[in-house]
This record gives sequence, structure tokens and C-alpha cells, in this order.
Amino acid sequence: MDIRLQFALLILLLPLASFVLQIFFGKRLGPRAVWISVATAFFTLFLAGSMLLSVALGAPMEYYPEAEWFSLGEFGLTVGFGLDNLALAMLVVVALISALVHLYSVEYMRGDIRYNRYFGYLGLFTFSMNGIVLAHSLIMMYMFWELVGLSSYLLIGHWFEKESAANASKKAFLVNRVGDIGMFIGIMIIWYVTGDVTFQGMYDNVNVDKANMFAGQMGLLSVAGGLIFMGAVGKSAQFPLHIWLPDAMEGPTPVSALIHAATMVAAGVYLTVRLFPVLTPDALLFVASIGAITALLGALTAMTQFDIKRVLAYSTISQLGYMIMAVGLGAQQAAFFHLSTHAMFKGLLFLCSGSVIHALHHALAHKNDHETDPQDMRNMGGLAGKMPITYATMFIGALAISGVPLFSGFLSKDAILAGTLAFAQENPAWWANLFPIAGFAAAAITAFYMFRLIFMTFHGKPADAAVHEHVHESPLVMTGPLVLLAALSFAMFFTLPQVNPLDSEGWFTQALPQAINLTGHESLDVEHLEHGWHDAHDSAVRLSLGVAGGGIALAVLFYLLKLVNMAALAGAMKRIGFYQLSFNKFYVDEIYNALIYRPFLWLTRVITWIDWTFWDQWFIDGIGRNTVRASNRSGWLDFVWLDQFLIDGIGRLTQRLGHTGRKLQGGKVQNYLVWAVAGAMLVFFISGSM
Amino acid sequence: MASSILTILVFLPVAGALAMLFLPKERPGQFKWVALGTTGLQLLFALWLLASFDRSTADMQFTALASWIPTFNINYHVGIDGLSMPLVFLTALLSFLSIVTSWNITKAPRGYFSLFLLLDAGMMGVFVSLDFFLFYVFWEVMLLPMYFLIGMWGGPQRQYAAIKFFLYTLFGSVLMLLAMLALYFYTDPHTFSIITLIEQARTIDEQLWGIDMRILIWLALFIGFAIKVPIFPFHTWLPLAHVEAPTAVSVILAGVLLKMGIYGLLRISFPFFPVETIGFAYLIALLGVINIIWGAANAIAQTDLKRMVAYSSVSHMGIVLLGMAAVVSMNRGGAEAGINGAVLQMFNHGIITAMLFMLVGILYDQAHHRYIVYPDDYEDESLRGQLGFGGLATHLPVYSAFVALAFFAGLGLPALSAFVSELMCFIGGFSTFRTLTIIGTIGILLNATYFLRAYQKIFMGPANEKWAGLVDISRREIAMLVPLAVLVFWLGLYPAPALDIISVTMGNLLDIFEAAAAQMAGQ
Repeated sequence: MDIRLQFALLILLLPLASFVLQIFFGKRLGPRAVWISVATAFFTLFLAGSMLLSVALGAPMEYYPEAEWFSLGEFGLTVGFGLDNLALAMLVVVALISALVHLYSVEYMRGDIRYNRYFGYLGLFTFSMNGIVLAHSLIMMYMFWELVGLSSYLLIGHWFEKESAANASKKAFLVNRVGDIGMFIGIMIIWYVTGDVTFQGMYDNVNVDKANMFAGQMGLLSVAGGLIFMGAVGKSAQFPLHIWLPDAMEGPTPVSALIHAATMVAAGVYLTVRLFPVLTPDALLFVASIGAITALLGALTAMTQFDIKRVLAYSTISQLGYMIMAVGLGAQQAAFFHLSTHAMFKGLLFLCSGSVIHALHHALAHKNDHETDPQDMRNMGGLAGKMPITYATMFIGALAISGVPLFSGFLSKDAILAGTLAFAQENPAWWANLFPIAGFAAAAITAFYMFRLIFMTFHGKPADAAVHEHVHESPLVMTGPLVLLAALSFAMFFTLPQVNPLDSEGWFTQALPQAINLTGHESLDVEHLEHGWHDAHDSAVRLSLGVAGGGIALAVLFYLLKLVNMAALAGAMKRIGFYQLSFNKFYVDEIYNALIYRPFLWLTRVITWIDWTFWDQWFIDGIGRNTVRASNRSGWLDFVWLDQFLIDGIGRLTQRLGHTGRKLQGGKVQNYLVWAVAGAMLVFFISGSM
Repeated sequence: MASSILTILVFLPVAGALAMLFLPKERPGQFKWVALGTTGLQLLFALWLLASFDRSTADMQFTALASWIPTFNINYHVGIDGLSMPLVFLTALLSFLSIVTSWNITKAPRGYFSLFLLLDAGMMGVFVSLDFFLFYVFWEVMLLPMYFLIGMWGGPQRQYAAIKFFLYTLFGSVLMLLAMLALYFYTDPHTFSIITLIEQARTIDEQLWGIDMRILIWLALFIGFAIKVPIFPFHTWLPLAHVEAPTAVSVILAGVLLKMGIYGLLRISFPFFPVETIGFAYLIALLGVINIIWGAANAIAQTDLKRMVAYSSVSHMGIVLLGMAAVVSMNRGGAEAGINGAVLQMFNHGIITAMLFMLVGILYDQAHHRYIVYPDDYEDESLRGQLGFGGLATHLPVYSAFVALAFFAGLGLPALSAFVSELMCFIGGFSTFRTLTIIGTIGILLNATYFLRAYQKIFMGPANEKWAGLVDISRREIAMLVPLAVLVFWLGLYPAPALDIISVTMGNLLDIFEAAAAQMAGQ
């Protein structure tokens, strides 16, 4: 067996083994057995890392082993791997965050009633996520896609005794399924037209220079691309299906870091990146628009939230919108770059928030306070001195996501913003300018709400001095991953061997070049695109530095120096309605509840009334009842009328006649004589009259 | 062995039932052991059959032929192909597990277990018959034990449910009888042989009331089978019968009986009248999609868990209909996906729904109710609208895990069996009925909705202390669920062995349809 195949199989199956071990033997092995899962995760990271290293140093990998799954003659499906540089880079991202989250969780989840099961679910997630990354075909990706949905469901609902967690897990699964249906229909279209759903086959069949099976029906290809992209809309929490992600924060915080920030939600971006070569300009515009709306909407909502995890959740939505928008504008490489850098600093930010919540939770428990919400930033403040490592690392994360030079987020965000500028340059229509506007506005808002979070949490006066007293820095297994992720948020790790804080050129861009779009539209030509980005680069740098600085400066004014009267500002914002919109997440949940979910549940009750009360009980049983009634009636006719009246009537008549006739035979000779004379006279009379 | 194996499979349960008549009734515990032994032996034979089944041919195998009523050219003719093989195995497996499920039956065990064996024989007979008359006899034979099993061992409304089930099904049987007689009299020489009728039925050239006879026969057969499937709007006997039937009977009802309708369509209607089937294919697909959505929408609104599972069967059988309607697809790959998917989905649904009903039964045995939410007309007013359970996963981790497995299998999670077959049915449907199939995919969402809602309401949330006394699943119950769970995983991960059994036979059916389509195009 090929060594690459062995590695891929191990990477896929080791986490599954960890799942099986913890689920079936976890109780018997006890809590120390979770270290086996941690070790598995790190070994998986080692395998994936060594594979990536080999391609980063040597030749790119293009290895697509496949085997028959089943075949019916003409219809059949294969299983296989699509091992290329993109997959390897994504594997490392997943394996890295997964390994660190495993380690972090050992302490964070200590004492949990389902401790081993939790680690089992982490294994199931990692397995499914690696499956998505390694899938060689749309169908196989769809399968792991759903399995990732399952592991997300299980992990969000880990504390299922909480009503809110139970609701959130169900909501996440169902909202994702809405997108998945679109994806499924899209896959069926690809299958129907080309008969091949492997990525390589799809590229060949769509390629205008090769098979070109969609020739003359680019509209259908646009629809198929847009539909498959719906899967990404669900999984990557894009508008209008983003509503599940904030609720998913009901899961344990390390889960939020792994699944709902760094990896699973990035799967949609990964899918879109994979799909990029076959997306038509129309489909790409759709993708870009969804991304731009999401980027802005998420950022605007994050501004006013008080729950530390919800701020980060909306931030994630916004950043994912960024990546999606980038793919839509053709900057596929920039999108994947941002996916990778974002995984590091957003994973870091979540784990830091987890560290804060963990500390606060214990401090509150010490005070026997179970009412105060340890996730509400209004209950924090002044934690910097108490938790120096968490503070320092979270500060680095905030710098990275805000796009400050030296940090990775600057490079990747800058590449995306250059993409938006180049697109607006290229496209004369007025609306093309909306993409850079959305991009830069979201960048400014991101810097603002991130530093709002930092200042509210770590600076200022503690909300409750007694609680503050008992806050401690988290232990090494938790801070270790923070330090490592903070280090990986520096730009140089993505640009080695070059170290230029303003230029993303390096091993990453070498190993993962811009993909070629195969739909044959000249505006999507790689050289053309790269030329545009190059031209836009300088202005993008200047502008993005400006907006990031501006956002941070505002946060400093508002929340650190408190030079602005916040109450007055909030009041002003309330008057124009913006505050309520943002604070209430633009009422999207309420709108869905009022317009879709509740009417639908009502409709099902109507349907079941029609089905049962009307159709079955009234109509079908009505046939039965009427048959009974009709047979009763015929029974009545049969017995009362025909039998009792008519038949028996004849009998009765005969009887009566007989009764009367009997009187004639009285036994007296005189009577007989009278009757005989009368009879003779009658005979005589009748015959005489004739 | 090869020619008598099917006869053994059919009449072994009859022998078991007869044996029970001679056992003394002083020791009621022995009846279930006889039933277990009989069905266990039958299952072993079925396994042997599965192992020696030739996957490379579409011809009938293990055939046996004997003259029965020569005057009317009626024969005892049995045999199986790739369509009946999975169903024969399913029948043997579920019959055996149903006996295990019925282990705690104490009311009149002799009657219960002997009727169960007769039911088993009837079902097995239907799936192996190659003579229409024999088929019809077994079809009717099976009704009687079912009637008594529901009517005597069922829930509070058992007599109403039993009569309704009996009359509704009998109505379908009458139509089937008429169709069968028409087929008999319009062929020359008169025959009931299914093999011969495949050649001859399509040559019938008569009219009645100005309508083509073939269409009339097709419709009569269709309604007869549709009631059994059940196809909308003939489906309302099903929730009632399921709710009132004892657990093991529900398992058989949903697991095997519903498949007989589809089996009839695929064994008789489709190959007899390919041209008419092509004409009505859109109707089948349409009804399939209505089944999917209507069944799922009803399931969402149910307050009784067993009723919800019953409506889920309606929805899942709709997927089968959509898949089998794809036999008319001009795209051979799509037709293959659809028809093979439909047959596989029958088997998978049998396994999964059996699990679901067993699990509902396990809960009901202990809690004596199975409300997800107490209905608005519940007798105790203080409970109306309240959760029936709540937080059971805390106390019953193993039971909850099995329910989760069955629910996720039911909603078509990949790596579990139903995913593969549903995927194939949809792909097949899409290759010819695009709009309908796209509407049908809404079912993917609706199915997830009712399963997850029910799971949340029963198992998640704060633990309801009222049910803290429930004990987790027993060894016997685990033993009856594990074989089904293994199949759910196996066919989900590696469906090829099952599809190998089915696909050659289905390829043969598709050839019939291709020839018919070519002939229609030529006219």
C-alpha cells in the first residue's frame, strides 16, 4: 500500500478509534483514559504535519486513490481520497486545533459527568472533519458533512440537561440540513449531467477546454454551483442560515473553539474553495454577495453583545463571510489563507474566553454564586493582572484578527481586501463598490468590537471585588495551547522563509497557489486576477491600516479611557434604532419563528387534523358507518317489512281467514242448512243472471 | 435441499403452530420456547439460503413445482430471485426477533405464539409464491392471525383497530382477486403462473366499458397493493393498527407487511404491464412525494411516540415509491439507482422501523404510556400539554443511545443503512422526475425535524423525577436490538453485498422496461 494512502487512512481512522474506545470502554477505563485520546490527536497532528512538510519542501502532492464502494452496472459509487496540497494544509489546521483542544479540555472539562464521552465525541468530530477534507467526491464529502453535523449536535448538546443546550443542538442540526438539501440537489444535478461526482471528474467535465459537458447550459451549472454552495451557507453559518451558530455556544467552550470557530464552520469555506474551479461568474457573484452581507451583518451584531462567547460567535460569522466573499470575488487563495490564519487566532480567542469563563466560574462557585453569568462581560473587568497569560495571548489574538501588521490576520485580511478593491476596479457597475465598502467597514468594526471585548474583560474596575479576589490563572495544560496558538498568530509562520510583515509571499502561497477557474471566463483568468491584486495591494494596505487603527482607537476612547458618555451614545443609537437592531441580532430568529417555524408547526397540526379527524374518522369511518346504517336499513326492510309485515302478513291473513272460516263450522245442523240454502240461492242467482 | 428449502421455510412455522396444539396448557412457559425454536431454525435456514443464493443470475432459484388443483391449472410453485431474497431473510429475522420481543406475553400464550407462527408462514409464503393463486392464498392467510393478534392482544381500542385493519385490507384483496381472475380468464391457456403471465399479460387485448382491460387490471392491482404499502390516501389504517397492536405485531406490521404492497407491485404489476406502468409512473412518483411530505408532516404533529413512528413509515415508504418510479427513467444509471435503492430501502426500513417499534415498546412496558407531550384531550387535565417524559438520557444512557441510533438511522444519517438507499432513490427519481424529486427532498428536513424534536422532548432537558424509577434496557432487549444495529451499520458502510443480491434481478426488470419503451417509441 502506498505510504501516502497509509498516512491518510491513519489520519482518518485514529480519531475514530479514539471515539470507539471512549464510548464503549470509557466508563471502565476511567478519566485517565482520556490521555489516550489526547495522544491520538497529537499523533494525528504529527502524521498530517509531516505530510504537509514534505510537500512544502518538495513537490506538490496530487494523489487520488479510489476504490469501488458498490456498482450496479452503470450506476456505482467509489470511495477514495483526494490528497493534494489544499487537503494537507487543511488537515494540519484541523489536527492542530483538535490536538490543542484535546489537551486543553483535559483540565477544562475535569469533573464533568460525561468526561470520557466528551473526548469520544471530539474523536468522532475529528474523524468526520478529516473525512470532509480527504473526500475525493461530492457524495463522500456530503456523507462526512452530515457526520460532522452529528458530532456538532452531540457536542453542543453535551450538557443536554440544560433546555437551552438541547434546543441549540437541535437547531444547529436542522438549520444545517436546510443547506444540505440544497447541496444534495446540486450534487444530483452534477451527477445527472456528467455522471461523475468526484472532484477530479467534475473539474474535467466542466473544463471548457476538455469535456465541457455543460456547454450551452452554463445557467444550469450556475444553479448547480449555487445549490452546492448552500451546504456551505449552512455549515459556515452564512446569512440567512447563520442563526444556529450563536446558539451553538451552549456547548463547552473548547468545542466552540474547535468546531464553531476554527474548523467545522470553515468546512463550508473549504467546500467553496474546492468548488471554485467550476463556479461560473454568476454563481461566484451569488457567493460573494452572501459573503459580503454576512461579513457586515456579523460584525454589526457583535458590536453590542455582552456575552463574551456570543461576541466571538458573531465575529466568526463575520470572518467566515469574509472568506466566502473572497472566493466569490475570485480570490480563492486569499480565502484559504484567511481560513488558516483565522483558525489559529480564533481558536486562540475562544480558548482564552474559555480560560476566563473557567476562572470566573470557579471564583463564583467559591462564593456559592450560581446566579451570576460567568460569560457576561459586564461581570468581568480588571482581569489582566489576575490572568496575565490569558490576557497577553488574547491581546495577541485581538491584534491578529483586527489586522495589525506583524500578525497573520493582517496578511490574509489584506489579501482579501485587495481582492475586493481589484474587483471594484475591474467591474464598472456601481454595486461592485459595495464589496470593498463591506470589507473595509467590517474590518473597522472588527477592530472595534475586539478591543471592546478586551477592555471590558481585562481592564477597568472589577465588577465584583469578592469574585475578582478568587480568580486565578488557568493551569499549564490550558495556558500551554494558548501560548502556542498565540505564537502561530504571528505572520512569519505563514511566510517563512521570507519575513516581510507587509507581504504574504512565502511557503504558504507557494504550496497553495491560486486555483484556475475552468468555466472559461476571461475575468477569472489567473494572471489577470493576480495582476489586479498586485495593483490593489498598496492601497489595500493603507486603507486596512487606517480602518483597523480607527476601530481600535474608538474602542480605546469608549471602553478604556471612557472619554465618551456611553449611556448617551447608546441612547442616541437607540433613537435611530440601530442599537436594538444590533443587540437583537437584526431580529432574524424572531422573523423565522414568526414567518416559518410557527406557521409550519401550525400547518402540521392542520394536516394531521385533515388526515385523521376529517379523512379517517369522518370520511373513511363514515363509509363504514354508512354501510352499517345502510345494512341496518336493509335489515329493517328485510325483517320488519319483508319478513314481519309482508311474509308474516300473508300468514296472519291466512290465519285470520281461517279463524273466521272456523266459525262457519259451528256444528249446528240448522246453521249448515242456512248456509246451504244461501249457497244454492247464490249459485242460482249468478247462473240466472247470465 | 435446494428444491425443498423454500417449502421448509414456509411450513416450518405451521408445524410449530400445530405442535403447540398438542402441548399441555398447564405449562404456559413452553409455548414461547417452541416459537423461539421454530423461528430460530427458520432463521438458520434463511441464512443458509442467503449464503447459497446465486447472485449472478436473475432466474428463479430454489424452485419447486407441484400440481395443486389441476382442474384450474393451479400449481404449488415457489422460487426466489433477487427481489424476494432480501424480504425472505427480513421475514425470518424479524419473526425470530419478534418472538424475543414477545417474551413477556402472559395472556393466552398458546394462542398468541401459534398465531404468530401462522402469520410468519403467511408472509413467507407471499414472498416465495410464483403462482398468483398461491400468492393470493398466502396473502389472505396472513390477514387472519393479524386480525386476532391485534384484536386480542392489542391496546384499549384493539377491536376497532383490528376490524378496521381487516376490512380495509380485505377491500384491497377483493380488487386483487378481480384482477387475478381477469388475468386468468384473458390468457390462453388459462394460467395463474406468474412466470407465464409476465410473457402473456401484456398481450391481453380486451376492453371493458370502453377502457383498455390492461389499464383496469393495473389499477385494480395498484389499489389493492397501495392499501398495503400504504399509499396516500389509503394510509390511515396504519397509525391506528400500529398504536393498538402489541409491540411485536407492530414490528412485523411495519417491518414486513408494508413491504408486501411494494413487493406485489414489483413482482406483479411492473413486469406484467410495463407499458401501463410507464404510463402511470408519474402518478407513482407523485404519490411517493405526497407520502414523503404528508407522512412526515403528520409525524411532526403527533403527540404519541408510536403514532409518530407509524407516520414516519408512511414517509419512508414514499421514498421507496419515488425510487421505483424511476424504472421508467431513460437514464439507465438513474433507473438502476432508483429501483435498486427502492428494494434496498424496503429492507433497510424494515430493520430500522423494527428497532424503532421495539424501542417504543421497551419504554411503554415500563412507563405504561408513550406520550411525547400529553395531548390536549388527555383525561388528567393537569398533565395536558406537559412533557410525557423529559431528560431520560440522564437515567437511561444505554437505552437513549439505542434510540439515538435508531432515530439517526431513520433520518438518514450517512454511515447508517437508510442513507445509501434513500440517496439512491432520490438520485433515481431525479433522473426522470426532477421537480417532484426536488420537492421530495424537503422530506430530508422534515424527517430530521420530528425525530430530533421527539428525542429532545423525551431524552433531553432536565430529568423528570417522576420517571427516575425506570431501569435501563435489559440484556434480552439488548440482544434483540444488537443484530438490527449491526445490520444498520453494515449496510450503511458497505452496502455492496446486499446490492449484489438485488441488482441482477433488477437489471432484468429494467430490460423489460427498456424493451417496452422501445416498443412504444416504435409504434
